[in-house]
Amino acid sequence: MTDVSYQTLTHNGLWKNNPALVQLLGLCPLLAVSASVVNSLGLAAATMFVLITSNISVALIRNVVSDTVRLPAFVMIIAAAVTAIELLMQAYTYELYQILGIFLPLITTNCVILGRADAFASKNPLLPSAYDGFIMAVGFGAVLVVLGAIRELLGTGGLFANMHLLFGESARAWQITLIDDYQSFLLAILPPGAFIVAGLLIAVKNQIDARAKRLAAQNAAEIVVGAKRVRVTGKIS
Amino acid sequence: MDFLRITSPHGHGPLSTAKVMQTVLLATLPGLAAMTWFFGPGTLINIIFGGLIALALEYAVMGIRQRDPLFYLRDYSVLVTSTLLCFALPPYAPWWLIVIGVASAVLLGKHVFGGLGYNPFNPAMVGYVVLLISFPLQMSSWAAPRGLGEVPGFTDALTALFFARDYDAVTMATPLDIMRQNTGLLMDDLYREATQFGQWAGVGWEWVNLAFLAGGVWLLYQRIFTWHGPVAMLAAIGLCAAAGFDGGSSNSGGSPVFHWLSGATMFGAFFIITDPVSSAVSNRGRLIFGALIGVLVYIIRVTGNYPDAVAFAVLILNFAAPLIDQYTQPATYGHDRSSE
Repeated sequence: MTDVSYQTLTHNGLWKNNPALVQLLGLCPLLAVSASVVNSLGLAAATMFVLITSNISVALIRNVVSDTVRLPAFVMIIAAAVTAIELLMQAYTYELYQILGIFLPLITTNCVILGRADAFASKNPLLPSAYDGFIMAVGFGAVLVVLGAIRELLGTGGLFANMHLLFGESARAWQITLIDDYQSFLLAILPPGAFIVAGLLIAVKNQIDARAKRLAAQNAAEIVVGAKRVRVTGKIS
Repeated sequence: MDFLRITSPHGHGPLSTAKVMQTVLLATLPGLAAMTWFFGPGTLINIIFGGLIALALEYAVMGIRQRDPLFYLRDYSVLVTSTLLCFALPPYAPWWLIVIGVASAVLLGKHVFGGLGYNPFNPAMVGYVVLLISFPLQMSSWAAPRGLGEVPGFTDALTALFFARDYDAVTMATPLDIMRQNTGLLMDDLYREATQFGQWAGVGWEWVNLAFLAGGVWLLYQRIFTWHGPVAMLAAIGLCAAAGFDGGSSNSGGSPVFHWLSGATMFGAFFIITDPVSSAVSNRGRLIFGALIGVLVYIIRVTGNYPDAVAFAVLILNFAAPLIDQYTQPATYGHDRSSE
């Protein structure tokens, strides 16, 4: 497993094996918190901290902890990291801490984190593990922020409201109101909107993949499954 | 006579999707007439405007999906979807409400699942629920019926459609709403006090429901659907209402007749739950499907947050339809159930 290149890791984390769009892990916070950009960013940052910390720690102890007790050990590490980020956010971004509420402690049970710890960090050295945690968190966070932006835009007609919760008072001015006097589209902010928008995002991703595959097949002059052909015997599978 | 067919069945009904859909559209005419009489031309304008939007959307989506748009436009199904949705919208709704509703119905309700025949939910009800959840204010401003308020004319209705802010339609709480919010009056007092109540249910509403009943019975006669779903739904509502009603107080939720002739009961029973795609398939399944919808409609009407419940009940039971189908699959002819 040591021959994993950083390029593959990047491609996996951001696109091919994206935690939110392909593995569909960690959907609970993803759908519950992504009602606005600032919430999404807050949760993405917290998740990234936990993911990197836990991946590094797991990679360090991977040769010490025996296989039979590895899962409890991993969960302990993750829980410790979550507690740390929770206290940090309580200290520095208290309002956001209150908005995110139960979903901060729930990062512990986010399957992405335990999944990466067990599937990658427990079998790889420190640096690739740290990078894997980082890039997975970026992939997860990117989807989270895009989802938050779409929902905030549809729901309130603006973007980047309340950014001062995360970036200090000067960020209050970042708020953009695209449409004045917008009838708020409640569905986008309510939970069903999260499912619908996430589903549409997955659909767009699959569409892009399918198109890329078709183009590649055409360029390679390979036989395209389902294509029209003259010979009618045999089967292309 | 036609002697061309040799094997049975010898009698054949040349029913196509387009024919079925046209028949359904025709059957909504009594309901449309009643609504236009009592609430003014708002519903008619909704239906025409919504229909145009729906046709344009269907054309565009079929183009994107690389199908022949005209082939699919010709089966009238998208018009039925938009018409049923627009019946459910309040008259004199602003134009964007109709656009969002029709777009949700056609795109989210139908095409993301693969188009007509693949939709697990009733598209019209998807559009309606999207609107009801998103825009509670606009969706709950229902026009006052003739006799209680001024019924707007045609130009007023058009103004309301495109310049919502320049014209305030006269709106009024519907009888179902009053019934839900009043818990402390005797029924006779309530009927005297609130002018919205008519002979059996609400002024206007009772006739609208009877008109939809007439259209539905005609569809039944035309064999567009079987009697199982509608009858089960109406029976379930009636039984629930009879069980809950104590004969006098408004706290007990209204009589069976009140529930049959209020809100969207008849419209739902004959035009919504009979959708062949999203309902249960077998006759026994349809009985269960309809009855559960009826029970849910009553429960949500009496104890829920929303005055009417047909859309929610239908969507929930659409979820359940595959399960109902699995347990009500009829035995194949010549086999007994145990050998399957």
